[in-house]
Amino acid sequence: MAPMFSKGFLPSPRRFGYHMNAVGLCAAAVVCFWAVVAVVGPMLSPYPPGEIVDFDYYGPMSSTLWMGSDYLGRDIFSRILMGARYTVGISLAAVCLACFSGVVLGMTAAVVGGWLDTGLSRLLDALNSIPSKLFGLVMVAAIGSSIPVLIVLLGVIYTPGAFRFARALAVNINTMDYVTVARARGERTGYLITQEILPNITGPVLADLGLRFVFIVLLLSGLSFLGLGVQPPNADWGSLVRENIGGLPFGAPAVLMPCLAIASLTISVNLLIDNLPVKIRDRSE
Amino acid sequence: MGCRACPGAPLFAKGPPQMNMQISRLVLGRLGVALVTLLIVSFVVFAATQMLPGDVVQILLGQAATPDAVAALREAMHLNDPAILRYGRWLLGLAQGELGNSYANDMPVADLIGGRLANTLMLAAVTAAVAVPLALTLGITTAMYRGSVYDRIITMGIVAVISVPEFMIATLAVLTFAVWLKWLPALSFANEVTSLTEMLRVFAMPVITLCCVISAQMIRMTRAAVIDALKMPYVEMALLKGASRRRLVMRHALPNAIGPIVNAVALSLSYLLGGVIIVETIFNYPGIAKLMVDAVATRDLPLIQTCAMIFCLGYLLLITLADIIAILSNPKLRK
Repeated sequence: MAPMFSKGFLPSPRRFGYHMNAVGLCAAAVVCFWAVVAVVGPMLSPYPPGEIVDFDYYGPMSSTLWMGSDYLGRDIFSRILMGARYTVGISLAAVCLACFSGVVLGMTAAVVGGWLDTGLSRLLDALNSIPSKLFGLVMVAAIGSSIPVLIVLLGVIYTPGAFRFARALAVNINTMDYVTVARARGERTGYLITQEILPNITGPVLADLGLRFVFIVLLLSGLSFLGLGVQPPNADWGSLVRENIGGLPFGAPAVLMPCLAIASLTISVNLLIDNLPVKIRDRSE
Repeated sequence: MGCRACPGAPLFAKGPPQMNMQISRLVLGRLGVALVTLLIVSFVVFAATQMLPGDVVQILLGQAATPDAVAALREAMHLNDPAILRYGRWLLGLAQGELGNSYANDMPVADLIGGRLANTLMLAAVTAAVAVPLALTLGITTAMYRGSVYDRIITMGIVAVISVPEFMIATLAVLTFAVWLKWLPALSFANEVTSLTEMLRVFAMPVITLCCVISAQMIRMTRAAVIDALKMPYVEMALLKGASRRRLVMRHALPNAIGPIVNAVALSLSYLLGGVIIVETIFNYPGIAKLMVDAVATRDLPLIQTCAMIFCLGYLLLITLADIIAILSNPKLRK
């Protein structure tokens, strides 16, 4: 009975330096692995990703084709290495866009306040109440799908969330005495935002960026799975699943492996964020 | 619920009439926000579908697109009017239930959607009927035995489920139940239903997948709500009094966590909308989401607009409902 209540109430011992537990380290290793693959992946691939190397389609795993072959007899391992570039690259670009615009708007709204704050919050809340997948569907139907469009689209879809998060943090900082002092000194809004607010919300914002990255990977894969994301001949992991969904009734590795790739990336980013050193994650507290 | 221990309650002890007015003002305000949001959403949907590169008329006429025919059809479809006028006309049509004709096969959109919508609602209802009791039980018990092995396994499972895409859950469900266990067919069609067992077989896989998707969120939020309630001083009091853990949760914590829990249920149900798009596509389920994905492929604008509005309406209804429940259940606003 007692542990049920004592847990979480005891102040955690003060730590010096950055410590991370084993789970966090493993997760970090997986994330780094995929980051490296996204950069140098195609150089490591045993076959060109577009080349038909197997006479059989949906071939099993073997010593020459590590993860079997796809619906045309192409090497799945090479295609996953290639797909990492699209999945990780597009999502990373989109999440940076979303967080940059969200954080800038959020801090501005919090510092300026008044009608700007109200107007922005209302507008972005309205955008937020369109289900993300639906928004993606409608926009792709309207403007077609290409990599720059996908990046901007995913960035726009996740800006309201980043805005709301950054604004909530910035509003808290905005009430601090040192901000009042800076304001009384006559500092401009730009100074307040970059020098007083930003350094104090960096940690949580970075953690939020990680979580938003996961959402974007999931949405991008979902869109690609519906055939609306990355278009052939290029393929991200979602498109790989879509291409090979015909192999599902035979349990072909061609369907399973891209799924596992997505899962390993998203789960480890989530675990990494959960196990980040408290110092980074909650610096503002 | 006579919860006298609520912190802050005396602050609001103004008397019932004002209290009720405050609540109704908040609820009405929330409904107003929802209405404005719906208007903005409709504008976004309309604007997005107007951005289509290439002329709608050209697409419609195809080979027969002589300049005269194009001009005539443009006139007939009022495409030369300013966008704001067309938006107003479209909105008015929506409100009156005149949804226009599909570009692809020239059938009224309302006819295309009717049966499909019923199919989707049926899927959603079955899913909710399975997922809600399951998620509540798991959420409450994990909060009760917080920190135990059971809790940790469930929590790990939730992290795993919410960090993978819906199509992966569907894929794993097919692999498990159709390929390895061979209990169910890999693909099913709801229009071939003849008996109850048939129906179970058809619904099983989509429902399993959707349940996983929404239960994960629901369990997480329910668990958090019950844990919050367990931190209250009156629960500690009950503990010191010697109440059993069961009584502690069921009798003391749960009644006060009902509001947040119902809020969590409504919010999680809104995740159905995202999940249903993937699930209907992968299982070939003849619902409205599949209709919309197909409409996107053929760029059938009236159909896309209507489906998008239906989805947004459903989503808004659920999140507004969640907010209103949160307002109504706030003990600070209760007399």
